Amino acid sequence: MNIKQAFLLAIKSLLSSKMRSFLTMLGIIIGIAAVIILVSLMNGLSKSILDSFEDMGTNLISVEVMGRGSNRSVTFTEMQALMAENPELISGVSPNVSVGVKVKKDTESLTANCIGINEDYYDIKNVKMASGRFINYLDVARRQKVCILGAYEVTKLFGGINPLGEEVKINGDSYTVIGTLTEKADAEEGSADDTVIIPYTLATRLSGNGTISSYYISASSKDTVNQASALVKAKLYQAFQSEDYYMVMSSGEIIEEINEMMGIMGTVLIGIAGISLLVGGIGIMNIMLVSVSERVREIGIRKSLGGRRKDILGQFIIEAATTSIIGGIIGIILGVILSYGAGKLIDLTAVPSVTAIIVAVSVSAAIGIVFGYLPASKAAKMHPIEALREN
Amino acid sequence: MIKLKDIYKIYQTGEDFVHALDGIDLHIDEGEFVSVIGASGSGKSTCMNIIGCLDVPTSGSYFLNGSDVSTLSDDELAMIRNRTLGFIFQQYNLISKLTVLENVELPLIYRGVQPKERVRMSMEALERVGLEGRSNNMPSQLSGGQQQRVSIARALAGKPKVILADEPTGALDSKTGMEVLALIKELHKEGNTIVLITHDNSIALHAQRIVRLSDGKIIEDKPVIDRQVQ
Repeated sequence: MNIKQAFLLAIKSLLSSKMRSFLTMLGIIIGIAAVIILVSLMNGLSKSILDSFEDMGTNLISVEVMGRGSNRSVTFTEMQALMAENPELISGVSPNVSVGVKVKKDTESLTANCIGINEDYYDIKNVKMASGRFINYLDVARRQKVCILGAYEVTKLFGGINPLGEEVKINGDSYTVIGTLTEKADAEEGSADDTVIIPYTLATRLSGNGTISSYYISASSKDTVNQASALVKAKLYQAFQSEDYYMVMSSGEIIEEINEMMGIMGTVLIGIAGISLLVGGIGIMNIMLVSVSERVREIGIRKSLGGRRKDILGQFIIEAATTSIIGGIIGIILGVILSYGAGKLIDLTAVPSVTAIIVAVSVSAAIGIVFGYLPASKAAKMHPIEALREN
Repeated sequence: MIKLKDIYKIYQTGEDFVHALDGIDLHIDEGEFVSVIGASGSGKSTCMNIIGCLDVPTSGSYFLNGSDVSTLSDDELAMIRNRTLGFIFQQYNLISKLTVLENVELPLIYRGVQPKERVRMSMEALERVGLEGRSNNMPSQLSGGQQQRVSIARALAGKPKVILADEPTGALDSKTGMEVLALIKELHKEGNTIVLITHDNSIALHAQRIVRLSDGKIIEDKPVIDRQVQ
């Protein structure tokens, strides 16, 4: 008996009792759909996180200095020296001075997160300007009171009208708006669009303490990130003699960490969904056992006509596998549809993975074969005379 | 063709040993039409199971078509059944989910005959029993007599050496029963070896030779002509 024959027979047998077939498949359908949904949403989540890191630049290395009192520190000049000595590894260094400020335009005012940087920041963070120009070397060196506004500030203070050349008050001082940033996140408060950028030389004054404790560094290329990061770490270790007083993170490391975390989360979630697949498999085994005992006579007839053990075994295993695969396919369709639905609901683009779909089909086929084996071998071992005697 | 030599079949039920077949010697030549007759419990069903390779004897040897089949494994017996024997059962034993044609094809599928050839052979067998027009019907759409003819077609499709008919008219009214019997006689005239198992004397008389079983022993083995002469 060939496989095609057995497959057609299996389809026939499934169609002859649709309700029972559907209920048998239900466990598999739910299990596979759950796996597909979880994988799609996980993929969507990790893609959206990774995308935002890519936006920041994959060459990025961020340095946070916690310090250990006043005697030891790494100054911006030292960082620049490091870059000058290693131009093949480091292509830019910018201080990152973060201050909460009050920004005012006429009667409108708001509090914003203001960051002080230098001209290198533009390339390091892959800044996208909507209009105007970025802060340049002269602005920094001469402490020019210029600023760049995020989309939220433009909307809130200027009602969306191009503010180039206008003046705003930052903590009471007048600053000229020389550029605006491209909107990234719906121009909402507290989002990536809620930001004011000024020369770091001014920001250190606003922050009230003259030191710089955070830097953005860009490696010369994606491939030298790790080397550059090691170099920076070495420099900091030299200054502090301990790893406890600073933190160096490269985007590569962050991405790796996120991937690892997502991987663990995914495994756990898929494991949970896998339990439902197991239950589905047991359901198939159960129904196949019933089906075998209902068809003892058929088995007897087949045997008397020359059906060997492997023919009967094959027939029932293929029937179980077909049930399971059809359930798997319905599960995939349902899973893909539901994951887009759920993605919409929680504002995430679901990314169904082809690998997950292929794995799901194979797993459902395997479940059918594994759980179909016991009932099938029960059928195959029957004695033809006894089976024929059954009514 | 069929050669049973000193066949014993002993079942154990609790402490007792039941001799279903108690030393049977039977020789059936190619082209013969033999009835095996006996009351229930006479051992005729056991005899038919052994001739049909559905069961193996406890002792003794069975040569079918020249080879010893009394010691073969289940799967080897299945192959013998498939290639050498054709069964006609009392209850037709058609598979209700399959069409008439698919039922007739079954033994050929297990033999590994290619689909085209399979359909050709099956249709030929259905034509032989006059049911070529019903090949796509389900068995339940046919009358009892028609179903039995389908099962005869299934037995014929693989061109077996021996056709075994176990009470082929048992489930039919006498008129249809006679029709089926007439068909079996025609098959015999066409050169088939036929073994007919029955409890009914009048049915058995249609054969050339009658073998009577009682308590697991052959108590009579005579040609039908002789009987009529007597």
